Amino acid sequence: MQRIDTYPTHEYKGYALRPGKPHPFGATRIPGGINFSIASIHATACVLVLFEKGAKQPFVEIPFYDEFRIGNVYAMTVFDLNYENIEYGFRFDGPHDPNSGHQFNPYQILSDPYAKQIGGRDVWGEPYDEQDSYQHRARLHIDDFDWEGDRQLNIPLEDLIIYEMHVRGFTQHPSSKVKSSGTFAGLVEKIPYLKDLGVNCIELMPIFEFDEFDNTLTNPATGERLMNYWGYSTIGFFAPKSGYAATSMFGMQSDELKNLVKECHHNGIEVWLDVVFNHTAEGNENGRTISFRGIDNKTYYLLTPDGHYYNFSGTGNTLNCNHPIVRGMVLECLRYWVSEYHIDGFRFDLASILGRDQDGAPLPNPPLLEMLAHDPILADSKLIAEAWDAGGLYQVGSFPAYGRWAEWNGRYRDEIRQFVKGDSGHVGKLASRIQGSPDIYGGREPRSSINFITAHDGFTLHDLVSYNSKHNYANGEDGRDGANDNYSWNCGWEGETDDSNINALRQRQMKNFLTILMVSQGVPMMLMGDEVGFTKYGNNNTYCHDNELNWFDWRLLRKHKEMYRFTRNLIKFRKKHQVLRGRAFFQHQDHVGSGYPDISFHGTKLWQPDWSEHSYSLAFLLCGRHAREGFEPDDYIYVIMNAYWETLTFDLPPLPDNMTWRVVVNTMMPSPDDSFSAGREPTLKDQSLIMAGDRSTIVLVGR
Amino acid sequence: MNVGDVKILSVKGRVDANTSHALQDVVLGSAHQTPKLLLDLSQVDYMSSAGLRVMLLLHREINENKGRVMLVGLQDRIRDAMEMTGFLKHFAVVPDVQTGIEMMQ
Repeated sequence: MQRIDTYPTHEYKGYALRPGKPHPFGATRIPGGINFSIASIHATACVLVLFEKGAKQPFVEIPFYDEFRIGNVYAMTVFDLNYENIEYGFRFDGPHDPNSGHQFNPYQILSDPYAKQIGGRDVWGEPYDEQDSYQHRARLHIDDFDWEGDRQLNIPLEDLIIYEMHVRGFTQHPSSKVKSSGTFAGLVEKIPYLKDLGVNCIELMPIFEFDEFDNTLTNPATGERLMNYWGYSTIGFFAPKSGYAATSMFGMQSDELKNLVKECHHNGIEVWLDVVFNHTAEGNENGRTISFRGIDNKTYYLLTPDGHYYNFSGTGNTLNCNHPIVRGMVLECLRYWVSEYHIDGFRFDLASILGRDQDGAPLPNPPLLEMLAHDPILADSKLIAEAWDAGGLYQVGSFPAYGRWAEWNGRYRDEIRQFVKGDSGHVGKLASRIQGSPDIYGGREPRSSINFITAHDGFTLHDLVSYNSKHNYANGEDGRDGANDNYSWNCGWEGETDDSNINALRQRQMKNFLTILMVSQGVPMMLMGDEVGFTKYGNNNTYCHDNELNWFDWRLLRKHKEMYRFTRNLIKFRKKHQVLRGRAFFQHQDHVGSGYPDISFHGTKLWQPDWSEHSYSLAFLLCGRHAREGFEPDDYIYVIMNAYWETLTFDLPPLPDNMTWRVVVNTMMPSPDDSFSAGREPTLKDQSLIMAGDRSTIVLVGR
Repeated sequence: MNVGDVKILSVKGRVDANTSHALQDVVLGSAHQTPKLLLDLSQVDYMSSAGLRVMLLLHREINENKGRVMLVGLQDRIRDAMEMTGFLKHFAVVPDVQTGIEMMQ
């Protein structure tokens, strides 16, 4: 039956209109027309601006009549529009008084914060018209998709192996040999690789619409214009990055991304998004006005009393996350990505900003974080905080978790790095980190800790063992950008070398890192390319490079096949052994009657771990009978971590009758004896002691 | 055009939100009459998101009626877009009408 409200009540310059529905915000297709709705607390008037796709001049501008305004929401239905061929924007009138926080400009065309697609940068890197007064153009999209029964995978968090990656970087290098390089479709072509490696979760660096040209710096070495390659600078929180879709010229970027998620799910791989709600692409008072600033500056941004932008994000502005309007936007955004795109989890960039109040002060009970934790649509979605910000908040362990949030464990990264490079005084910290950091997350669970050695920020694994300091000259800021505390060690030479001893040591150190990561309680995350020794030549902040510094070089798969094989074996080992993936912290006692505590620490002599300042090695035994509180018994595992510069001999703990120790990993050994695949681990000849080479890691399995 | 019990429909030009409704009426109408349909798209140079959805609706409709639909002569760009968005795997694609007729019979 036809609805009785599908006829126009008003008219403007030949366009048929009627009062719109205030909810949902954004542009929504309804029978016969399109409903436009947008909120601004401080505006006095609003005009809808309609363009034919790509046209410089609008074909009509329709003011919102007074009766189209409900509260602070402007809502109007326009009939008979071609939803595939229009772009829309808004003009807002209101006070222009920067000192009191208002920046209205009725001449500026503004993009819709709720736009589901955004045009203007449809093909990555393609030149655009700088004179165009409307650069990032809100569009509609068709939101149906044939999911064929797909849903969120719901793999338990503790069973995940996360692979942090960049959509473009994964397949843009010519060696990727994919049909559509640098796109969502290209990534789909490489799913077999991810499956072979064994990761079961990909975390995509930002895929919300951003402007890759948003960078004014040049590379001093080449004179090339630098870019915003990583995309931590959102233009629209509801729109996928058009330039990441091979099909954006057909307006099908949403379908292409959905197909990626569906194919990943079909192959047992979760898809997470790195979401950047702490700031927008509009920068500070010198930045461009794209959307939020012109719609309602004082609502969307944290401002000082005299109207300047707080800069807790380090990028110019700070989103006013605990204003009810912004909270609503963030919640709707995440609900949208979960329900429309079947996204499995989110990693929140500089998440501590989400816990600041409207004056910038940290809140004890941030309403936004609580809302997200208890939202019914997000109930099965993973929520991961980067639990710090650029304004000095560091909340690793104290981020308001509401029983739901996990955290990037920055201390895991820093302290494992220091232990492996051979710093003094790190054995005790190592013991805590490999247990899932009960000292940090006590009262919570091991899976609160996302463990990682490397991430997009900072050195790659290869560079962590090849450079003492960052080499960021190419970033155009005289090397000032990027972190200085890298806890890296170059093994004797800064950068690439032909010295085989140094290269062998580097290989070993990389393997030591990966091994410790994969035998730690908590959730491991690795960085794209680390499995094949990818290098950024010491650059630890490559956000601005659309080139080999960021493009996965698929030829490395042959050059570093040892590393690949090693990583793959380790991932399989972790997935096979639930004793490595505990759901509760260890109790340091025997609570199942096996005769062994759940975990025990040892030194070169059994039961004598050396916790002293000048100790550089530690061993631990996991009792398989205790796995998953004794409900899912597993093998026994013994791990020896020797970061000392000399070989040490370790006693081996006796196993229950009829069990023997077998070698899973020995990073001292050359490939293929550095690691063994499940079921093929050779039995140790000497079951009572083992030599652990200098700076090496050994993993044994007892069964 | 009909060859035996196979109906052949030829589409020309752009298929987008403007034209997809008309196309939908025709192809879905045909789908009700005959369970075997060949859709000749060799003269379609642009197919938008809305156009691809007509194809998918047609596919579903024909499946309901236990029939078959094949696409003929897809241009590369359209074929690529269908592949990258997962639409293609719902369809049998043949290079020309004759092949399609033979496979249908």
